[in-house]
Amino acid sequence: MKTNDLILQTVTKVASPVIFLFSIYIFFGGHYSPGGGFVGGLLASGAIVLLLLSYDIKTVANILPIDYKLVVAIGLLIAALTGTGALIFDAPFMTHAYQYFDLPIIGHTSLHTAVLFDLGVYLVVIGVTMTIIQTIGESE
Amino acid sequence: MSLLHWAIFSPFLAALFVPLLFKHFRSIHTGWFVLIVPTLLFTYFFQSIPKTSNGEILSESLAWIPSLKVNIDVYLDGLSLLFALLITGIGSLVILYSIFYLDKTKEKLHSFYVYLLIFMGAMLGLVLSDNLIVLYMFWEFTSFSSFLLIGYWHHRERSRYGAQKSMLITVLGGLSMLGGAVLLAFMGETFSVRELIGKSGELTAHPVFNATILLILLGAFTKSAQFPFHIWLPDAMEAPTPVSAYLHSATMVKAGIYLVARLSPVFAESGLWLWLIAGFGILTLFWGSFSAVKQTDLKAILAYSTISQLGMIMSLLGLGAAALHYENMNENIYMAATVAAVFHLINHATFKGSLFMAAGIIDHETGTRDIRKLGGLMNFMPITFTITLIGALSMAGVPPFNGFLSKEMFFAAMILVTEMDLFNLDTWGVLLPVIAWTGSIFTFIYSLIIAFKPFTGVFRPEMLEKKPHEAPIGMLIPPVILASLVIIFGLFPNLLASSIIEPVVAAIQPGLAKNEFHVHISPWHGFEPELFMTIGVIIFGVLLYLTLDKWNKIYGILPDRFSLNRFYDALIKGVEKVSLSITKLFMTGYIRTYLVYIFLFFILSLGFTLFWKDAFAFDSENTAAIGIYELILATIIAVGAIAILFAKSRLTSIIILGAVGYMVSIFFVLFRAPDLALTQLVIETISVALFLLCFYHLPKLPSRKEERMTFKLNNALISIGVGVIVALIALSSHSNKLFDSISGYYVENAYKEAGGKNIVNVILVDFRGLDTMFEITVLGIAALGIFAMIKLRLTKEDDDG
Repeated sequence: MKTNDLILQTVTKVASPVIFLFSIYIFFGGHYSPGGGFVGGLLASGAIVLLLLSYDIKTVANILPIDYKLVVAIGLLIAALTGTGALIFDAPFMTHAYQYFDLPIIGHTSLHTAVLFDLGVYLVVIGVTMTIIQTIGESE
Repeated sequence: MSLLHWAIFSPFLAALFVPLLFKHFRSIHTGWFVLIVPTLLFTYFFQSIPKTSNGEILSESLAWIPSLKVNIDVYLDGLSLLFALLITGIGSLVILYSIFYLDKTKEKLHSFYVYLLIFMGAMLGLVLSDNLIVLYMFWEFTSFSSFLLIGYWHHRERSRYGAQKSMLITVLGGLSMLGGAVLLAFMGETFSVRELIGKSGELTAHPVFNATILLILLGAFTKSAQFPFHIWLPDAMEAPTPVSAYLHSATMVKAGIYLVARLSPVFAESGLWLWLIAGFGILTLFWGSFSAVKQTDLKAILAYSTISQLGMIMSLLGLGAAALHYENMNENIYMAATVAAVFHLINHATFKGSLFMAAGIIDHETGTRDIRKLGGLMNFMPITFTITLIGALSMAGVPPFNGFLSKEMFFAAMILVTEMDLFNLDTWGVLLPVIAWTGSIFTFIYSLIIAFKPFTGVFRPEMLEKKPHEAPIGMLIPPVILASLVIIFGLFPNLLASSIIEPVVAAIQPGLAKNEFHVHISPWHGFEPELFMTIGVIIFGVLLYLTLDKWNKIYGILPDRFSLNRFYDALIKGVEKVSLSITKLFMTGYIRTYLVYIFLFFILSLGFTLFWKDAFAFDSENTAAIGIYELILATIIAVGAIAILFAKSRLTSIIILGAVGYMVSIFFVLFRAPDLALTQLVIETISVALFLLCFYHLPKLPSRKEERMTFKLNNALISIGVGVIVALIALSSHSNKLFDSISGYYVENAYKEAGGKNIVNVILVDFRGLDTMFEITVLGIAALGIFAMIKLRLTKEDDDG
């Protein structure tokens, strides 16, 4: 019997952007308030999992044509490169730097290389979670 | 690299080219090329005789591992030179012999000569080394190359057995010798033998002195086939005859004797050394000659006879050590024992080499070595018979051959034992000459067996595989040379006295070198007791040989079961069996058993440490007040954890586990760890989902009913033990805080230095970012691992998992 998932799918359409936004918020706020790349990544994949639950794998793959293994690799690369970047400036590996800038719209803000590292963590976590779930889901 | 170093390394270098020569010059027997090496070396060593007889010592050094004081220090004194001459001289003869013995089309000559050259180089290195570690290295080289040579015909089961046996026994001794060498170096703080000899006085009182003696002697006894380690030598007779002649009569088995002689100046002060060597030597002499008589294989007789002769040399070396204790006597009579040992060493190499070669000729020309099948060969092989007769009579100690002289000197030394008043020796000393004399009678008997059984009596061609005829001339030259040496040394023993024996004795007993001593071996020394002993040996020997058939039943008295070989075989089998059963005992293959071991070890080691160090402490000063929320949460977690144990269905367990996890995240909230709480919450959800996935895919077998976990007392005790230990340690470590936490630094500097207010995140990405980097790597590996496991199912197509 084909079930009608209309309610679920509609709620998903509303909920998943919210979860995404929350995940990005958690990610960026990580340096000042609870959160960071790890939880942020988990929440983002939570949003994708919600999509997977309401639609099927093929549909989600059409919406988000991403190879999550590649995401893992990119995340690791970003994290490693952030660490290596310090070497160029004659500083030990994984030395972070930050500076305050007056940016348009946002105003007085600090830009921190640690956020780049956290971005690596974020991507790895999304990639790992989605690889595991997708692989298990596809296997029969 | 000095000339002396080149002398040691030249056989190794030559060994590299042997396979090439074998491949490209198939028409010429490879042995001819190889023959050049020992001949050149022999000439080189021969022209050093004048130098060493003047007391000169040639010494060279080559840096190898200078920081560890391990250098290839070589030196050439009388003792080394004697051995070097034996090795190269008999080496040349053996290679010449092997050219005619081994067929160039049928045999793998390249391997044979490579092994033989390696052995020769190792043996030269062994006798020329001054450094104990280098000496040990060459010692093991001889063991390995001998192993390869014994197993040369490796398609034969007996060859492999003999090779393995000799390997096990000699390597056992070699390792113990290494231990002895290390202890020696520890006592004397040097690896150099000469420096150790200089320090010998101060070593005697050292607490490990006696242990060193035992270890060194175990090495020497196994290598030189002393009782009860002699059992490998008869089985090593499966080797080709040139190998038996070379390794097992003239060189390798004398490595132990060399070691004893070389280290004699270090240890001779000790009574333990003296009596162990003399006692085991005399025991070996008797047992070897006694066992030789019952053998029926020519080479086996020779093997046991080698054992017995080695025992004789060994016992003489032991008695020679007594000379140190009688320094005040005008004429040091105990020194004569050392002279006898050295002289017999030379003699034994000559006559035993010739006897082995003669036995090889008989084997080669008739197809058998069994004396029960042989007989009446005298007319077919007159030259071989002459060689055998000379060798055997010399071995028996009949004048005018050289064996007679050394046997006389042996008896003279043995008689002196009775006069010795050292080390509480009262009437027991009489035993030595008696055993020696009895052993010599048996020596006489088997010598006659070797000389006459194959050559006289009835000729039975139907028992032989080939039609017997005299050997080719090339095969006869080496034994003829050795047999002539037997006669020359017998008639003119003083040829050797001042040129070779004196420097050797000076090397073995350096303390005596200062006194003027002169070795004089006279063929006739009046009507001394030793002469009557020899006459007695000859009379009894002949009588017993003639009545051999009547009394050789005594060998049946001791059943085979109690022989040392049986013991060795049973030991090897037993060790295999015991280790197998021990392994089977604890390697059950069940993970739960291994977990039991791990946890038991955990409990015992930690509990013991806690108890031993009296480390348990409980201090409630630093503890915070317990609030009502903590109490409630802790109760829920505890109830949940215990409930899992009694849950009947797996689904219940999973859900309770999830509940415990969520409670933990609430704990994090309570203890103000929002990041942890967030992460814990999400991760717990995911893992519960994964558990459910696993649960869902369990196979639906009728036998796999959902049941409550059965109660096992062991498991309960162990898990309670682990819990108690961990709790105790946690309490103690909390009560023993020695330093303040370093977290103050992070609190102060998180914003100042790293520009962040979330300290946890700042620590994760900035202060300790490296950890995080590898943790995400771990995650990545896990994901790829799961992907690979699920996608790559190469083993079974129908394996649904």
